[in-house]
Amino acid sequence: MTTFKNTFEKYDWDILENEIYSITENDVRDVLLKDKIDLQDFKKLISPAAKPFLEEMAQRSHQLTKKRFGNTMQMFIPMYLSNECQNICTYCGFSMINKIKRKTLSDKEIIDEVNHIKKLGYNHILLVTGEANQKVGVSYIKHAIDLIRNHFSNISIEVQPMDQDEYETLIAAGLYAVLVYQETYHKNTYKVHHPKGRKSNFDYRLDTPDRLGKAGIHKIGIGALFGLEDWRVDSFYTALHLKYLQKTYWKTTYSISFPRLRPHEGDVQPKVEMTDADLVQLICAYRMLDQDVELSMSTRESEVFRNNIIKLGITSMSAESKTNPGGYSVEADSLEQFEISDKRSTNEIKNMIERQGYQVVWKDWEKNYSETI
Amino acid sequence: MTDILKIADKTFSSRLFTGTGKFSNSQVMRDAIIASKSELVTVALKRVDIADESDDMLLHLKANHINLLPNTSGVRTAKEAVFAAQLAREALETNWIKLEIHPDPKYLLPDPIETLKAAEELVKLGFIVMPYIHADPVLCKRLEQVGAQCVMPLGAPIGSNKGLKTMDFLEIIIEQSNVPVIVDAGIGAPSHAAYAMELGADAVLVNTAIAVSQNPIQMGIAFKKAVQAGRMAYKAKLAPAKKQAEASSPLTSFLNL
Repeated sequence: MTTFKNTFEKYDWDILENEIYSITENDVRDVLLKDKIDLQDFKKLISPAAKPFLEEMAQRSHQLTKKRFGNTMQMFIPMYLSNECQNICTYCGFSMINKIKRKTLSDKEIIDEVNHIKKLGYNHILLVTGEANQKVGVSYIKHAIDLIRNHFSNISIEVQPMDQDEYETLIAAGLYAVLVYQETYHKNTYKVHHPKGRKSNFDYRLDTPDRLGKAGIHKIGIGALFGLEDWRVDSFYTALHLKYLQKTYWKTTYSISFPRLRPHEGDVQPKVEMTDADLVQLICAYRMLDQDVELSMSTRESEVFRNNIIKLGITSMSAESKTNPGGYSVEADSLEQFEISDKRSTNEIKNMIERQGYQVVWKDWEKNYSETI
Repeated sequence: MTDILKIADKTFSSRLFTGTGKFSNSQVMRDAIIASKSELVTVALKRVDIADESDDMLLHLKANHINLLPNTSGVRTAKEAVFAAQLAREALETNWIKLEIHPDPKYLLPDPIETLKAAEELVKLGFIVMPYIHADPVLCKRLEQVGAQCVMPLGAPIGSNKGLKTMDFLEIIIEQSNVPVIVDAGIGAPSHAAYAMELGADAVLVNTAIAVSQNPIQMGIAFKKAVQAGRMAYKAKLAPAKKQAEASSPLTSFLNL
């Protein structure tokens, strides 16, 4: 069976790294003259040599995004259901070896959280858990979807990777999207950061989007966790993954996220720094490569950065996020997965977006469409 | 001279149909639509909160001359489209439906097989069906056959602003059609709209080019005028285009042939 693994194995990390870091300003100039940007061009746009052209890239990204997505910004909010986890991920606050109080929301607590979130205006929700197949396995997640589906038009999850038939069950229950980040495409570094638990299986995680595509999911979110490895090479692999998926599962929509490692309860701090300018360069490069991919921005980023990124290619944003189970209403002080940087209220973010001439979109899906497949 | 467009039981004095997506806010959307004098405005069911009577977009579309045309954007199959149409009929109290089935989220190109299936079913269910399709003349005839009230072939992919890339096929469709032909998608400039009307299209649908313009209101007016001019030129019959210049003083007249 052909999956992304077959494509992935044709590339070598070190060769790619060498190519990207050997690119010259002239190479970049040539790319900027082109209308259609391919993966080879993308390498040039994310290279250090492209830095002097950042403003030009930003203008291009702005125009392309505006044409495809209009003057709009979609809003979503994460809801953490559980911080139980049987993985060791060196960078994560929920990691099994961290001595923290574990919590999984009960039905009543889920409803309490939903009531709070609904008052803020959200219609698109992202459910998040750690990876604990006994406590928060497929049946728990399905049950949570059943509980909340009448309250939201659009339900996404960011949980452990699953088998195809498990995804099919959740899609039938009303699931719209699954976010599953490879964290890093560097196999050895991946092993170092995921020494234990089901997540240590690099290949299973790598082929998760294939299983989702086969299950007929509406949207798949991919990405790398920046800080573990060289962000440029990881982003090339992400782009390669995107292009493979688009060709193979052509009915599915794709989104990319840009989590940068932030200080947290674990013992690993970022190995490779990604600056604000780097992140802007990457966002613009993705937009130039693909005019249709959704680009998502979380509250990990600072106020100033988020204020200024609205026009640069981003299409969806979260606000007022809590990254601890029960964080909105039930148990405000339990341990967060990572620290939020932009703590402004949903209303403040809405006003900030509108001041820039963008319409805030709360609803862009009809939940009943998912029922009939 | 009155020049009324009739689709099913409704008449339109404007041949410019518009959309509601991509505007910077609902007020700008409303102002641009009103300025364009458009009388039929399509709205994606997935974007409106039908349970919420104070839905911002719907509130702003309340005006006497604006007819709402719900669309099924987001669905991937005929079955989903039929379901969406029924939902729209109930929520927006109209049996008009713009049938959009584009399973490919990248270029939003319509699925001809599912569209034909859904159109047939929806006509039976009493809908006025306006199908968005590729500029495929045979498909247009098939849709006409199953009772679609008009056809909406694309000029170029949605939102591309590339103009009438499918011109040769649009001409065949216009020549052959017994139902109104509305060129939908790809019209990026008033000149494109005028051209479609000159070719004999019955109407055009424009969204992105107005919504994303620096000045949507002015652009709405520009499209209104372009559509009127194109239609007028079509009715007045364009002088035939010729490859070579035709001299007013022929060079061979001395031969008295």
